[in-house]
Amino acid sequence: MISQLIFLVLFAAAVAFFTQNVRKIRRNILLGRAIDRSDRPAERWAVMARVALGQSKMTKRPVAAVLHILVYVGFVIINIEVIEILIDGLFGSHRVFASVLGGLYGLLIGSFEVLALLVWLACAVFLIRRNALKLKRFSGVEMTAWPKSDANYILTTEILLMSAFLLMNAADYKLQALHYGHYITAGSFPVSSLIAPLLPAGTGSLVIIERACWWFHILGILAFLNYLPYSKHFHIIIAFPNTWYSKLQPKAEFNNMASVTAEVKAMLDPSFVPETQSGRFGAKDVTDLTWKNLMDAYTCTECGRCTSVCPANQTGKLLSPRKIMMDTRDRLTEVGKNIDQHGKDHDDGKALLDSYISREELWACTTCNACTEACPVNIDPLSIIMEMRRYIVMEESTAPGSLNNMFGNVENNGAPWKYSNADRFNWAK
Amino acid sequence: MEDQNLNKSEIENSKSANNSLSSGEGRGEAIEVPTMAAMVAAGKVPELLFWVGCAGSFDERAQRITRSICKILQHVGISYAVLGTEESCTGDPAKRAGNEFLFQMQAMTNIELLNAYEVKKIVTGCPHCFNTLKNEYPSLGGNYEVIHHTQLIQQLIDEGKLKPQDGQPFKGRKITYHDACYLGRGNEVYEAPRSALEVLDADLVEMKRCRSNGLCCGAGGAQMFKEPEPGKKEINVERIEDAIEAKAQIVASACPFCMTMLRDGVKHHEKEQEIQVLDIAEITAQANGL
Repeated sequence: MISQLIFLVLFAAAVAFFTQNVRKIRRNILLGRAIDRSDRPAERWAVMARVALGQSKMTKRPVAAVLHILVYVGFVIINIEVIEILIDGLFGSHRVFASVLGGLYGLLIGSFEVLALLVWLACAVFLIRRNALKLKRFSGVEMTAWPKSDANYILTTEILLMSAFLLMNAADYKLQALHYGHYITAGSFPVSSLIAPLLPAGTGSLVIIERACWWFHILGILAFLNYLPYSKHFHIIIAFPNTWYSKLQPKAEFNNMASVTAEVKAMLDPSFVPETQSGRFGAKDVTDLTWKNLMDAYTCTECGRCTSVCPANQTGKLLSPRKIMMDTRDRLTEVGKNIDQHGKDHDDGKALLDSYISREELWACTTCNACTEACPVNIDPLSIIMEMRRYIVMEESTAPGSLNNMFGNVENNGAPWKYSNADRFNWAK
Repeated sequence: MEDQNLNKSEIENSKSANNSLSSGEGRGEAIEVPTMAAMVAAGKVPELLFWVGCAGSFDERAQRITRSICKILQHVGISYAVLGTEESCTGDPAKRAGNEFLFQMQAMTNIELLNAYEVKKIVTGCPHCFNTLKNEYPSLGGNYEVIHHTQLIQQLIDEGKLKPQDGQPFKGRKITYHDACYLGRGNEVYEAPRSALEVLDADLVEMKRCRSNGLCCGAGGAQMFKEPEPGKKEINVERIEDAIEAKAQIVASACPFCMTMLRDGVKHHEKEQEIQVLDIAEITAQANGL
């Protein structure tokens, strides 16, 4: 009874704390500017099903894709088992589904065990790729101590959780064989039955192992749940809405700024009266970006596919699309903390531009869309780069000199070069 | 001071003037190209507007692409016109550089002209013009059917109106196609340029980075009009290494800016004798004996 009570309190606390942090993320995302991404819902469901649920964009790197799908399927399916663990924890039952499901239960547990083993192995390979093989994709200026640790924490936790799950089953299996207490026979346990011989024979120690692993596993899951909002691992949740809200237009189509349209119309036609528009052109800080840009930042799992295909990055320029996303998230977290501590209008004297992202990075982009094509969860770093260029050009007028010359040429000659428009048709002569 | 700000393409013009590589069709005799103004004055309505673009109008190397497109249009007898001196920049480089004001000014002025001529269908000689006219003009009031010249060429081949001649120079040559970002990833036009090459009976090879994985030439996003940021290599040099690795004799391109960058990459590696860079339009025109 006491253990049920402790379980209830811990479970409620975990859910409450998680909910609070998710609300904070939601609030932070909604600090962004409005953008309508609710059109064409049928297409959006299809994109989400294909890209998030079906992981279609992962396949470009087959090794990572196979390993990732193992962890993903394992995570989703083993979570069915977590439902049983929660019920057992709250009501003091043991393997509550075993008597209800009969033979099917054994089959389910069997498949969970095989998946748990595969998850274990996949995470081990992932750790080796990051720490021993040191794949180039996982390094870079933005891959500082925290992002590297974050990845290792996630993988280690998953290995520990799977180990606890299998060890728990192994002790349970052995107790079942001994027909001890409430440990009813519940299937063949294909993986843990192989571990069982390694465990002590005494029922007392077996019960301790089984209970310890049970508690470690479920408390580990609740702790991991609460780690998500602080980690890149949050993608397991937010990747779904993020792909639903994907940009559906052709990649090369950039939005036409409505605020500019109003001003240009007023310039071309003096009788046109624009609705009063306030706010700055482009983005200096995260709050000038759209909420979708900010959701992108929380979705980024720092895999580096974007940076590894970026032509600027590959040729040694400072620009790294992954850094753009990580900077945006870091700055947004900082802005959120400022609001929590100092209220809504606090100015900390910092901004995404210059404090986080340098102009040199922004001007190195060729707008080639390799990053958006590569992202497995449809993040759009290019749109953030463009918004920041817009701020630099339209609010500060501090574009590089050569680009200002190009602007002057377009304005005066109708071409980006210094040629007279009268010569435009000379090619036919 | 102005001279220091000469951009790549102007430098390109002076460089390429005595470049032995500049096969493609020669400058040749003046060609008769109808303008929209003249057509309308004569009471005629052309079926198609050919949007030449700034590079196609002013860059000497790209002018040859423009002339090839005109020859193809004339050969198949499509009624078309150009805007001539009435054409102006679509605003693409301004927009990619962040100058939305200038872009929309250009767009609205162009749309006014295009709508006044009641233009319905446009073919462009440049993926950047293509993207801007097709995707970014509609919400500003410019609604046209816009195709890139490689799509037109594919269509004409499918209709049997273009057919490589016997003894055309591309038979058996090793050709690779460089995807322009604004055509490929940007608008998912991957097949049209390739199908124009497939009829040549050539040895077609793909570079290791192609189609949706294609590597940018380095010119997009207004990079054409500025010096690159410091790094360890130029993007076009990196790209041409893919072509060298594929052992291509001809790199086919579909964008005048890619053309400049790729040719510079070839020069950097001193491969002018081994690798030619030709536009799909030039290749098609030559193969058809135009």
